[in-house]
Order: sequence, then structure tokens, then C-alpha cells
Amino acid sequence: MSAISMKVNGKAVCGAVEPRTLLVQFLRENLGLTGTHVGCDTSQCGACVVHVNGTAIKSCTALAVACDGAEVTTVEGLAKNGKLHPMQEAFREHHGLQCGFCTPGMLMAAVDLVNRKGKTLDEETIRHELEGNICRCTGYHNIVKAIQAGAENM
Amino acid sequence: MDTGIGARVRRKEDHRFITGKGQYTDDINLKDQTYAYFVRSPHAHATIKSIKEPEWAPEDGVVAVFTGEHVAEDKIGGLICGWMIHSKDGSPMKAGPHPILAQGKARYVGDHVAVVIAETKEQAKAAAARVDVTYGVLPHVVDVAKATKSKAQIHDVAPDNTVFEWSLGDKAATEAAFQRAHHVTKLDLVNNRLIPNAMEPRAAIGSYDSGSDHYTLYTTSQNPHVARLVISAFHGLAPEHKLRVIAPDVGGGFGSKIFIYAEEVVCVWASKRIGGRPIKWTAERTESFLADAHGRDHVTHAELAMDKDGHILGLKCHTLASMGAYLSTFASCVPTYLYATLLSGQYAIPAIYAEVDAIYTNTAPVDAYRGAGRPEATYLVERIVETAAREMKIDPAEFRRRNFVTSFPHQTPVIMTYDAGDYDASLKKALEIADYKGFPARKAAAAKQGKLRGIGFANYIEACGIAPSAAVGSLGAGVGLWESAEVRVNPVGTIEVLTGSHSHGQGHETTFAQLVSDRLGVDINSVAIVHGDTDKVQFGMGTYGSRSGAVGMSAISKALDKVEAKARKIAAHVMEAAEGDIEFKNGSFSVKGTDKKMAFGEVALAAYVAHKFPTSEIEPGLKETAFYDPSNFTFPAGCHICEVEIDTETGVTEIVSWTAVDDFGTVINPMIVEGQVHGGITQGIGQALTEGCVYDSESGQLLTGSYMDYCMPRATDVPSFKLGFTETKCPSNPLGMKGCGEAGAIAAPAAVMNAMTDALGVKDLAMPASPHTVWKTLQATKMAAE
Repeated sequence: MSAISMKVNGKAVCGAVEPRTLLVQFLRENLGLTGTHVGCDTSQCGACVVHVNGTAIKSCTALAVACDGAEVTTVEGLAKNGKLHPMQEAFREHHGLQCGFCTPGMLMAAVDLVNRKGKTLDEETIRHELEGNICRCTGYHNIVKAIQAGAENM
Repeated sequence: MDTGIGARVRRKEDHRFITGKGQYTDDINLKDQTYAYFVRSPHAHATIKSIKEPEWAPEDGVVAVFTGEHVAEDKIGGLICGWMIHSKDGSPMKAGPHPILAQGKARYVGDHVAVVIAETKEQAKAAAARVDVTYGVLPHVVDVAKATKSKAQIHDVAPDNTVFEWSLGDKAATEAAFQRAHHVTKLDLVNNRLIPNAMEPRAAIGSYDSGSDHYTLYTTSQNPHVARLVISAFHGLAPEHKLRVIAPDVGGGFGSKIFIYAEEVVCVWASKRIGGRPIKWTAERTESFLADAHGRDHVTHAELAMDKDGHILGLKCHTLASMGAYLSTFASCVPTYLYATLLSGQYAIPAIYAEVDAIYTNTAPVDAYRGAGRPEATYLVERIVETAAREMKIDPAEFRRRNFVTSFPHQTPVIMTYDAGDYDASLKKALEIADYKGFPARKAAAAKQGKLRGIGFANYIEACGIAPSAAVGSLGAGVGLWESAEVRVNPVGTIEVLTGSHSHGQGHETTFAQLVSDRLGVDINSVAIVHGDTDKVQFGMGTYGSRSGAVGMSAISKALDKVEAKARKIAAHVMEAAEGDIEFKNGSFSVKGTDKKMAFGEVALAAYVAHKFPTSEIEPGLKETAFYDPSNFTFPAGCHICEVEIDTETGVTEIVSWTAVDDFGTVINPMIVEGQVHGGITQGIGQALTEGCVYDSESGQLLTGSYMDYCMPRATDVPSFKLGFTETKCPSNPLGMKGCGEAGAIAAPAAVMNAMTDALGVKDLAMPASPHTVWKTLQATKMAAE
């Protein structure tokens, strides 16, 4: 077991993990942050996307020990002081979610997309950038609309 | 703000999902929980000669290993198929045994052979790899078209692997229609096997409390009450009052979470065996591919007979339907009563005859998947109608119009009585939105870019609102398909509605509350929808077949009628007026012709305080229950128009335009309904272009066992959709609703394939029409021309 510490959603946390423990396991099982989901075994569905040091990664593909000392933001850390993040607001406003399972990963990927590409995003860019996030419910139509609107409000 | 029927109310459930506070089964952890991992068959077909455990060391963390022998010891019954189908010769379907852990034989790759229970998930998985199973490999067959002549004998009860040979319709009348035909169109179709892939993998936590001799099961289910009934009555685990089933937030189902699966029964059964410690199992995605019930997998030959003017005289077809290695919960009704009964489409076809052979193969069980039988029917009807129109050189829209059912009720030759619809209105609106007239110019412009542009229609019809209990009972269903609702008005006037429906993405917490808000004039935030827990909701039939609106909300509506009726009586007493003088409007009871008035909340309080009415005549309290059984199926229908452009160099298809005009009857929340349509179309596009389950015929292995191999539609595979609605109210339920959950998935495959065959100028093209398939077709066409 290795002792690790990191800042998750602005809070200092620590824990003892096996070398093989994935970041997503540490978040879900050690910290009880179950908003980050596991939808596949092959790093393709994107339900587990979180931000590590400000960049989106798939937390099913990162070892917890490799994130020792990192700053991590999960979906639970998007809203600040009880106020929803503009991307969260946009997903609700534009019905960008149905069953909600892929949603945390979609939100984190979307915020990262705006961070990288700016607030003015065309449909083609958004669709292309979502290649690492699978949604089975919405047909993406409203996710694209939500990201476009959320980006403008960020 | 309007929160009633027809308003685009933002979803009440969203806050927890966008903040990461949803509670899915895998998010739940019980005290002292253990973890299960299943040992699955690596062979498509094999006898199990022995199962040996190594000597476990304490650090292995193994709590127990169970096999089919332990299941037999405890007399736990096998998985059932709840719909009896009889063959043409009157014999009942041949249902082979389906134990929750294999007994003597494994019948598909992924079949559940043993379970290891350990202290951690990692330990359970590691230990499962060390369980030594000796198999005797048997001949196998995975291809439905080859199964009846295979050496593989999957179940003793089913010689030639045939489950049933069923038919529907009038054979003689249909043959006579073909004798009279001016033109006959023939088509061979494969409806490709799909793997549902809800984003949340299946999961279960079973626990047993010895103190009260009571079991609890958390499970990813679309119908927890049916799960409890089956686990009680058929598996014989515990009587219903000793078993609580909870389906918390469920991350998509699409049919695949209707069924009772071995894993959940094993978890709840085995918990007692290990002294009551809870057992949690969460599927890895590869297990979902291997062991969730799959969909479709039909091989069909169809023929359509026309007179010289293009009027359809008759339709006949013969379908081979793969059932997989076992009959799943509702498997038998999918290629029969949910399929052949819709073969009349939107058309007045005088004679139809369908034969369906259901066949065992050494593959995962096949059962209902979004649309369930109706996508297969629509694919057949709309592909052959489009082909017939092309062969007869009649515009495909005009061909359809000539054959539409135009008066209602309309009795088809295949059981269904269509109650209402206006198919021409949907077609007309869709042609306008799609700018059908402008298509030749767009095709010419595409040609200049080296692209082949095609247009395709799908005028689908489906039967939803499943279903009148007596009707489905006469067709072989083992259950009634009503729905229940309980409306609990609290003393302060807030309301809890308990429903037997289950929401796993459909937004019931919002739409059901809209109905209550609309009817009682109360704030939508004062209404809570409770579902998914057998300890809270007395009974219900769950969510599938686009039934929650038409059946589930009708039950709520009926209970609301009773609440209003009782509240009127109480208001009359409190305001000292005759009951006939009480008016109820905008959430307030008033006495006609006076200024006397009571808000709904005041009447609720009066009902519980019970000071001002005779309790000998009116019971205190305000809570009403209703069970609603529909009088007919509902018949959503519409017209989808797809336009594609195909790159002749690469074979890549782009969907450049999609128009969907649907008639769902009353729409409670257009925002949610549109979302259902978008999602359905995308699943249908997935079937047409990207998705296909492949078993290797030589080894019997599943070749598409992960997202590396099974191509889920991504955001770049689909366009933004242009939607329109027409509305004819459904006369069979009090709200006029028809259902919207499956329409897109039903319409889309035929629309895409009609557009692609139009673009390519070919009659046949297989799904999924991947770039490789298209490229091969282009080369073949080129070679034929040269």
C-alpha cells in the first residue's frame, strides 16, 4: 500500500492505496465521490472524465499513485458555493441528459473543451471533440446544444 | 410559469445528476459487503465435467465459491420465459432449463458457470481466474440460418434447435392475393444482432437479514416488482413479503434491464449462504457484451404483391429469429406478437401471412431491445414498400399515400385494430420540412462534389401502451400489463405519487408531476414521484414498450379523479354547501355563486383534521389508489426522411439531413419527447451504420466484446435532427397519449437503408452499412457496369 495525498475539489485528502488502484477507484471507493462513473473497461466511454491539474483525463486510465500531489476536480466540485457551473445549468436548460450516467464525464469534458478552445464553439468542433464520450440516451443533439450554450456563459 | 400538460418544464431530476449526486446501484455500499465475480464459460457449447477450487489462503480473501450444485441443493428455480407461444401444430414452445448457475452444460460464451465471493472486487476477480473448470467441448452453432441443420443440440427438449414454428394471418387468402398480383417484389433481409449497451452496466447487491428472515435486492431493473414476483414465485427464494427489490437510479435500459438475470438472483440467494453478508456485483463492460440480453437477429424473406396501380394486395414473409442459448424473460413474444402484428404498417393490406421460426443458437439470449419486434417489422415493411415503389417506378411518397389506412378504427389482418391516426398528415409535414421537392437539385449538387446523395423514407407504426391484460393473456402472456398509482396527499397539501412505472432516463419525476400540477393546480415542486422500491410502491409492471405515459400516467389520472372526488365531498361539508355546487378550478374549491373558497391545501388539511365532516360517511385522510388496464394498444406513427451522402472513394456515409414527424397523441413535455426521439433515431442509425454483434462461427467467440470492436454511434455519426409533430389523440386512454420512447429506433434503420440503396442504386445492402460494406458494393456495381 502507498500513502498518497491530493487536493480533490479544493479539499486536502489522503489515503493508502495499492499500486494498481485507479484514480477512479480512489475517488469512488476511498473518498465516496460516486459522481464519477465507470462505463467501460477500455477507456472509451468517458463516464469517468475528471480534471487533473486543470486538464481532462479519463480517471479509469490513471493510477491513483500517479496523481499523488495533484489537484483533482470531479463533477461534485463544479458547482461553487451552491451555485451551479454554467455548463451544469446549460445541460439542464437544454435537456442534455436523460439517464444521467454519462453526464458527469460529459460535463467535465465539456468544461475542458471550453478551456482549450474558447467560448465560441461551432457544432462540428463540439461533435468532433466528443469522440471520447459516449451517450446512449440523448443522440447527442441536446448535448451539443448544451455545450454551445454553456460555453457562451462560462 | 406554466408547468402543466404541454409545457417544456426543465427536469426535476436533473439537479442530482448534474451535481454527481445520482444514486446508481454501484454507488451504494452496504455494511460488511462482499463482492461477487462470475466464472463464465469460455466455450460456446460444452459439458461441465468438474469444477475444482484450489486451497485458498487467507490473503486470497475468498468467502465462498458456489456452483449449480449448490443452487440445486437449495432448490432455487431457473430463469423463466413469461410468454407462452404455440407452434402451428399446437405444440407449446420448447423451453430448455436455464439455471442461475450452469448445471452440467454451458451453452454460450459468457454463460454463468460459478460465482466467487470475496472480500474485495479485486480478490473475487483474481480468485475466479483460479477456479479450475474442466469442460468437454461440444459442437456449437451461432448462426441462426444454420442452426436447424447443425450438429449442435443445444437443449434436449428442442430437436433441431427449434423453439417454435409459429404463424399469423390467413395463408390461403394471402396466396390468392399473390395469384392476382400484377407485380411481386421480393426481398431478403437480415436484421442485425445488436447489443443494447445502456451506459450503466448491470449491477446488483443482495443481502439477507437472518433476524427478520428477510432479503433485500438492489438491482439495475426497469421493473423491480416483476423481478420480485419472479424471484419469489419461480426461483422460490422467498415469499414476496420477505423480499424487497429496489431499483434506484438506473442508467439507461432500452429493454435490456427488463429481464430477470442470473447474476442478481445469485447475489440475493447467496447472501444467506454466506451468513447474511451483502454481496455486490457490478458488470464489467465486457460482461455486458457477453451476458446482457441482445436484440434483433432476424433473417427474413419477404414478398409484397401489388395490382397494376401499385395498390398492395398482400404481404408474406418467413423469418428465422435467434433466441440465443436460452429463452430470456420475454424473448418469445418479441419475434411473434410484437413483430408480425405490425406487418400491416400504415397500409391497408388485405391479406398478410407471416411464419416465424424461433431458433436456439449458442449465443447470449435475445430479448426485447428498444422497439422489440416493431423495428424488425418496420424494417421489413418500409424496405419492401420502398423497393416496390422503385420497381414500379412510382414515387415512394405517392406509393405510400396510395396505400395508407385512412379510416379508423381499422382492423388489420394481423390482430391489431388501429384506433386513430393521420398518416398522410405526417407524410405531408415531413415532405415540407425535408424540402422533398428540392432533393433533385441537392443530388445534382452532391454529384458535382463526387458524392452520391440518396433519400429514404420510413413511415413506421408501432403498438405501444402495452397492454390490455385480457388481450395479452389470450396471446400467451403470463402477466397482466396494467399499471398502478397511488396519490398520497399530505396534510399540508404536498403530494407524493407512487407509481409502478420506473424511470431510467425518461424523466417521469417531471412529466408525472406535470400531470398532477395540471390536474390539481398545485406547484410542481410540491409533487414528488416515488418509484423503484417494492416496499414503497405496492405493485407495478414497470417501464418498457413506451407504456409509462399511456398506461402509467393513465393510472395516476384515475387516482387523481378519486382524490378530486373525495376532496369535493370534504370541501362541500366544510363550506356547508351541496356537493353539486362545488367547483374545482386552478387548485381551488369554490361554492358556485358565492365567494366561499378553499385552496386545495386547505381541503387536504381538513381531510386529515377531520373535524368538519361526518367520518361515518367519509373516511379521514386523502389518499387514493388506482389500477388502470388499457382498453387497446396505442398506435404511435410517423414519417422519418433521411438524406445521405456517400463518398465514392472511401465508402463513408454521412447523414446530411434527418426529418422526423411523429404523432404521439398528447405530448406532456415536448422537450422530453424530443429528447426521446433524438436518442431513438441515434440508436436506429447505429443499427444501420455502425453497430453489429459478431460471433465467430468457427470458435463461437464473441468478436464484438468491447467498445474497441462494437461501434457505438458517436456525436460525429449523427446530425442535428429536424423534428415536427402531428397530433391525433389516442381514444383508448384518458390522456390521449400514445408513447414516444421507441419511435426513433423503429423508424431509423429503414430510413437510412432506403436512403443508402437510393444513393447507390442497389436493391440489397446489409446492416451495418459500414464504409467497407459500402465500398465493396460500389466496387461490385462498378465492375458490373464495366
